[in-house]
Amino acid sequence: MFKAAVVGDRESIYGFAAVGLYVAEVTKETAGETVDKLAAGGYAVIYVTENMAEAVRPQMEKYRSASIPAIILIPGVNGNTGEGVNSVHRFVEKAVGSDIL
Amino acid sequence: MAILNVNATRMELTNLKRKLNTARRGHKLLKDKRDELMRQFLDAVRENLDLRLKVEAAIKSANTYMAVAGSVMQPQVLSTALMLPKQEVRIDVTEKNVMSVMIPEFKTEYKTDNKDDIYSYGYAFTSGELDGAVKALSEVFPDMIRLAEREKSCQLMADEIEKTRRRVNALEHVMIPRYEETIRYISMKLDENERSTTTRLMKIKDMMIEENVKAKK
Repeated sequence: MFKAAVVGDRESIYGFAAVGLYVAEVTKETAGETVDKLAAGGYAVIYVTENMAEAVRPQMEKYRSASIPAIILIPGVNGNTGEGVNSVHRFVEKAVGSDIL
Repeated sequence: MAILNVNATRMELTNLKRKLNTARRGHKLLKDKRDELMRQFLDAVRENLDLRLKVEAAIKSANTYMAVAGSVMQPQVLSTALMLPKQEVRIDVTEKNVMSVMIPEFKTEYKTDNKDDIYSYGYAFTSGELDGAVKALSEVFPDMIRLAEREKSCQLMADEIEKTRRRVNALEHVMIPRYEETIRYISMKLDENERSTTTRLMKIKDMMIEENVKAKK
């Protein structure tokens, strides 16, 4: 059995605790390390707020080819970059050769 | 197109013909794999995009509720309310094989029997907006899990499609023409050898006849 976690700044994530997700409050400096720890600790899905996307870039690359954990970007309260939607467009570009969506 | 560096012998020719056959078969199979993966990928990625837009909108609205809750309640009260969650999500992961890509499937299980059992606080000291925020998040959560599953699948499939496409192209535009060229080169060389043997034999025969004629004189 695996667990799910949300990583990000406090304002964006603490509501998820009520739903039953583990919430990890991080800063840009500690985000990468936290994701690594969660990935090793049996978390199958790790949601990361978009404003931390840059900080967890190495981790996203690292777990890219593994089927778990899935690191998924979600919008936070502030600092949204639209990175989540962009990444979907990037998949299409990679697979098809051009963005056809 | 450069030909392979091989000796022009009959054995090489047979080997190359066999390799060409394998390459052709592999090319056809990989092309089929690529096409099928692409079909599945396009379905998956469309769903992925829809889910993402839906989830992002829902989270944004939950965040608005949360912002209001944060402004009408004291931060300590808010923290206390959410400090000890009642609910806990467990995820059951199974893997599905799609065209030799292992994509994950997530199934959620809840700690408590009632999955809507989400309010970890009494209602006396908290604002209604907090209830709204928590409710909105719990409603979007099944979609979030589905999003995670789809997004991971799309990522894995996109990588695999790229890899397969490279292989198909390498076979189609490099390996197969190269084999064909080499086979043609070897068979021409062999034919040429044969012709030169024939002419040599004819020449020798002529010379022998000439010698015989001279000896008789």
